[in-house]
Amino acid sequence: MSTARTVSNLNIEAVPEFRAGVRDSLPVIVGIVPFGLACGIMGVTVGLTPLETVLMSALVFAGAAQFAAITMLGVGPVGWGMIVLTTLLINLRHLLMGASLAPYMSRLPVSVKALLAFGMVDETYALTMDRVRQKGYDAGYQLGSNLSFYVVWVTSTAAGAHLGERIANPLAWGLDFAMPAMFLALLVPRLTDRTGVTVCAIAAVVAVLGALYLPGKWYIIIACLAASVAGGLLEGKNDAQ
Amino acid sequence: MRSEILLIILGMAAATFFTRFACLALFNRSGVPDWLKKWLKHVPTAILASLIAPALLLPGGSLDFSPDNHYLLAGCVTAVTAYKTRSVIATIALGLAVMFALRWFGV
Repeated sequence: MSTARTVSNLNIEAVPEFRAGVRDSLPVIVGIVPFGLACGIMGVTVGLTPLETVLMSALVFAGAAQFAAITMLGVGPVGWGMIVLTTLLINLRHLLMGASLAPYMSRLPVSVKALLAFGMVDETYALTMDRVRQKGYDAGYQLGSNLSFYVVWVTSTAAGAHLGERIANPLAWGLDFAMPAMFLALLVPRLTDRTGVTVCAIAAVVAVLGALYLPGKWYIIIACLAASVAGGLLEGKNDAQ
Repeated sequence: MRSEILLIILGMAAATFFTRFACLALFNRSGVPDWLKKWLKHVPTAILASLIAPALLLPGGSLDFSPDNHYLLAGCVTAVTAYKTRSVIATIALGLAVMFALRWFGV
């Protein structure tokens, strides 16, 4: 009963808030279109069918994890367990976002929580938390933001996959460089302090050594764990001083 | 649709949903422990660096520091662009342009 009431309340009272969520998302959404296009093009480039590429965007809805998975598929045969483990690691940051939103969402029914959790990506989380800061939490607002990003992510992936099919030999053009280029654009702004630079250096060295001497794609997981744990320990030491 | 790819996609979907839903389901008013926060904070940097470094340094499967390594050359230009502009679009565009130029003119 209470679940039904909360859901119907969402339907009626949440419409203006839903619209506000969509409206606030629009300027930020423009920024994800190139990523969606790139994701579609790269998926087709490494040999996924357009349907598989779009299905990945529709079910996973996590840009960074999808790019990592596509990179791994592109380098050669790789077990699904390895890709799923990498996805888990890349998305661990969502645990933190979920934890910070949890107190505001504690009264929502589990089904609504699950629906809103599915759409929680970096951008929609940031918008939802900004709304919390200004006027307090609103589930309709969060849904509006989530849905806008979801629709644009899936459509731009489809457009990219369509484009990718039209380019005869994307690898000869060096199009596979789009992936490290994008990762660099995301990595460099994070290197603001000594701990960040150290974490980056450890990850780079361990990853290169691992790629040379370890089988499969274990180097990604091992380098990520080694460097992030080192970062956590360094941070703890700095705090103590 | 190949079943191997479908399995990968479903596994990724489950793993992603887990990370997004777990804390909402587990924590109501309490927060995440401090040690976990400190660790998770560095995961994005670590994962990005561990994906980039082998792509730039081992494009053919073995260490390549020579000027023939287009990935390393274009990667250096891209890193500088990222630092100077802080713009994702400008960084990818210039990086790809340098890569195309290296491929076309065979520098």
